[in-house]
Amino acid sequence: MASRKILLNGKRVAAEYQAIGSGDSETSEALLYWLRERFGQQGPRFGCGVSQCGACTVLLDDVPIRSCTRQLHTVDDNAEIRTLDGLSGKRPHPLQREFVELQAGQCAFCANGMIMGSLGWIEGRITAGNHEVPSEAEIEDFLSGATPNGQGNYICRCGTHTRIVAAIRSAAKEMVR
Amino acid sequence: MSVQTSRRQFLVGSGALAIGFTLAGPATSAAAAAAASNGLVRVEAVGAPANTTQSWLVLTKKGITVYSGKVELGTGVQTALAQMVVEELRLGVADVDWVQGDTLLSVSQGGTTGSKSIQNGGIQLQQAAATAFQELSHRAAAHFKVTPDQLVAQDGRFSLATRSGHSSGHTVTYKDLLKSGVTVLPLDQTVPLMAANKYVVVGTNVPRVDLPAKMDATFRFLHDVTVPGMLHGRVVRPTGRNSTQPVISNLDRAKAIEGFVDVVQHDRFIGVVATSEWAASVAASPKSGISVSWTTGPKMIAQADLPAAVRDPANHYRSVVEIDDGVAPILATADQVLNSQYFSPFHMHGGMGASTAVADVRRAPDPATGIQATIWSGTQNVTALAGAIAPLLGLAPAAVRVIYVEASGCYGHNGADDCAADAAVLSQAVGKPVRVQWTRQDEHAWEPLGGAQAHDMQGAVGPDGIIAWSHLNYAPTANSRPVDGTPGTLLAGTLMGKLPAPLPSSSVDSSGRNAPVTYDFPQRVEARLLKSFVTTGPTSAAPASPLTYLIPRTTALRSLGGFSNSFANESFFDELAHAGGHDPLELRIASLPDPRAVAVCEALRDVWRTRPPGGDGTGAGVAFHQYEVVNAYVATYAEVRVDPDTGKVTVTRVVVAHDCGLIVNPDGLRNQIEGNVVQGVGRTLKEEVFYTDDRVTSVAWQTSSFNPGPQYEVLRFNEVPAIETILINHTDKPPLGAGEPAIGTIGGAIGNAIFAAIGKRIRTLPFTPDRVKAALTG
Ligand code: FES
Ligand code: FES
Repeated sequence: MASRKILLNGKRVAAEYQAIGSGDSETSEALLYWLRERFGQQGPRFGCGVSQCGACTVLLDDVPIRSCTRQLHTVDDNAEIRTLDGLSGKRPHPLQREFVELQAGQCAFCANGMIMGSLGWIEGRITAGNHEVPSEAEIEDFLSGATPNGQGNYICRCGTHTRIVAAIRSAAKEMVR
Repeated sequence: MSVQTSRRQFLVGSGALAIGFTLAGPATSAAAAAAASNGLVRVEAVGAPANTTQSWLVLTKKGITVYSGKVELGTGVQTALAQMVVEELRLGVADVDWVQGDTLLSVSQGGTTGSKSIQNGGIQLQQAAATAFQELSHRAAAHFKVTPDQLVAQDGRFSLATRSGHSSGHTVTYKDLLKSGVTVLPLDQTVPLMAANKYVVVGTNVPRVDLPAKMDATFRFLHDVTVPGMLHGRVVRPTGRNSTQPVISNLDRAKAIEGFVDVVQHDRFIGVVATSEWAASVAASPKSGISVSWTTGPKMIAQADLPAAVRDPANHYRSVVEIDDGVAPILATADQVLNSQYFSPFHMHGGMGASTAVADVRRAPDPATGIQATIWSGTQNVTALAGAIAPLLGLAPAAVRVIYVEASGCYGHNGADDCAADAAVLSQAVGKPVRVQWTRQDEHAWEPLGGAQAHDMQGAVGPDGIIAWSHLNYAPTANSRPVDGTPGTLLAGTLMGKLPAPLPSSSVDSSGRNAPVTYDFPQRVEARLLKSFVTTGPTSAAPASPLTYLIPRTTALRSLGGFSNSFANESFFDELAHAGGHDPLELRIASLPDPRAVAVCEALRDVWRTRPPGGDGTGAGVAFHQYEVVNAYVATYAEVRVDPDTGKVTVTRVVVAHDCGLIVNPDGLRNQIEGNVVQGVGRTLKEEVFYTDDRVTSVAWQTSSFNPGPQYEVLRFNEVPAIETILINHTDKPPLGAGEPAIGTIGGAIGNAIFAAIGKRIRTLPFTPDRVKAALTG
């Protein structure tokens, strides 16, 4: 079996992964299953398995990706992966704190995608030199998959949308500082 | 699962409410706790057998454990129920351990359905807490050698009351009182509940107890449950709803996949089991594992034919006149009579997470408990699921234990129960615990749906208002929930040749929910019940064998018929109001006899008076209903903007006025109402199940190269309106459920707003750009 070593939430880890075929016809284990089954990560969740909901979002080298369709053989050795499980340090991350503060969850099954997606997006803006707090409309567009280079639509089926947007904006104010 | 609270704070005041979760094994059941503990108060069900393992509530010096038959479905009800229990115990605030939906440990409270957890379940738990509190107060009275009425209780302590009713300073803690003996007593209905004006926890914005752990990934959802030796299963469904005679090929290819364990087939039920989810998925895929060919079965009624077919008497098994106030003579002679037809399509729950379950079915029962099958499920009804699965596995009901674990929000009876049956059948076949997580395509194609409905409305209006009203309602009933003793109520059961339960004999609590209106004019309501499958005769409700579906399976989806009925009722009310020259909001106020109904409508007066004038592509509408005709009151105002070129409707603002009696947690209530609005706007503007005469074709969230054609689109973030809520609190009234009353008003309010904006009445949901464009140009 092939194996992969990555930096998971700052720690070096390695595990085998399953694959069949080779070359262009190779298919291999989804990063989502690999993270959950081999490393017990429970932040990224299976929502759709077809890159349409965002529930499985993790950061791969700081970019939000949909781990349900990302196959292991396409992830580089030494890639850096961040998950919700590793987000809080001594204290919750501002996003986590504001999601609780504004009660931005009903079932909160979607929360992983909302937090990790917006984390990568806001950090990406900051890295590119944009220290503006995103407007509500910008956040809504990002979560609707309407932003250029965005990662697609994020679904919340419970309808917690307005609170989620408010929580992200509130956290962003602190993050851009 | 271990306790998840970071801080234990038992029976001593001050601090926040926190709830621990106990996934108690039999060894830690209340009965065992009773044996182990040297002091407790335990409340069990009235008439429970002496050896019962089920409890309502257990207080020990270590903590309070609430055994709730009502479960947290992601709505925050656990927080609200805990507030009610803690309040009744006069604890101020406290941590409680929470065991929910476990057939072994919790008293059955029926399903967690119909927005009844607070309204019914909360009152039962309150009564259990009051029973325990009475026992504690008797102990305290004995301690002080006084009568209970000479005591005051607060923050987990009793003290002697002074003449002015205040604490004298002599106190005894609950903890100390609990040491003084073991008391097991039945829930006592006669213990008076605390007066609402004394509440200090109920009515406050206690933050959701579950959210912190959900935000840092330490919360254990059902999807995170693993048990030792657990395998992974995938189901392979028939291509079409009535397909038969599966032939499995490429078995060798599947067997060669590393981790492959087995292919299981019972008649039309087929599943693959492997050691990892990925291996199971590869082995179940026709591209890389087994392929299954099917013989096409009899055709269902195609979606395009549905509006006519639902009205065709040949497809009805029953017709029920629910109400008739003698409207025929009025309608026959009135000057101004309107007739309109409304329609809404099949909708799906579409939970954010795919249905999941873990089942551990053993070869022999556990000698201590007699349990042979343990199933972890997100079901709304552990008791009914255990009762339906037992005969499917050939086990006695007492040998099946179902443990509820929270999944993603369900909004009604989704695929949870069916998935549990899949896991159980696969586990029994391979003799190991099996986890099944449906694919999104499994979920969208096979979950039981909210039924399509058609409505023939007739009404008469005059200068004084509406004078007669008739609603003829055509719909399949909600008929797919698991039924004790009937394995054919589970999808796996039907695929294994079992028949579902007979169809319900009326539309009550089903497609007929909110078909009647609560206005004061005379009405007639008739329901024509549509056959979901071929039955044994023209008027028979019993399924014919072999089972042949006529339409996709239907079930309870948030507010059931209330969504479509209130869309039709409230749109038609608007039609009559305009025809009679009445202001739609004022006519509602004038037609509602109940002051609480009037009050929610009046709460919208200010926003209604300042609404956009309409006619220029923007407009506003209102709608009202009283959930289930007797429960919460909701009036909703919606503003829309209609793009004249594309027909796209944008809902820009929604204001909901809401009265659900006593409010337990205002912020939790607002969160629920906001969710109702968003989901309601989605169902009104976008959501629609697409299917042919053979299969559901909307199997994903959006169109892609893999799933061409329209898919099940739900509201996106940049389509969500601004939402305002106006809460009317009645501390002197019982709390009423709030999980689904508001959604029913949304379709009507938006339809009425579109009429105000463009002068066109659109009577079919969803209000897609194409449909609106057709109305604009038609
Ligand atoms: S689970 Fe990956 S996007 Fe939905
Ligand atoms: S809170 Fe349930 S899906 Fe977003």
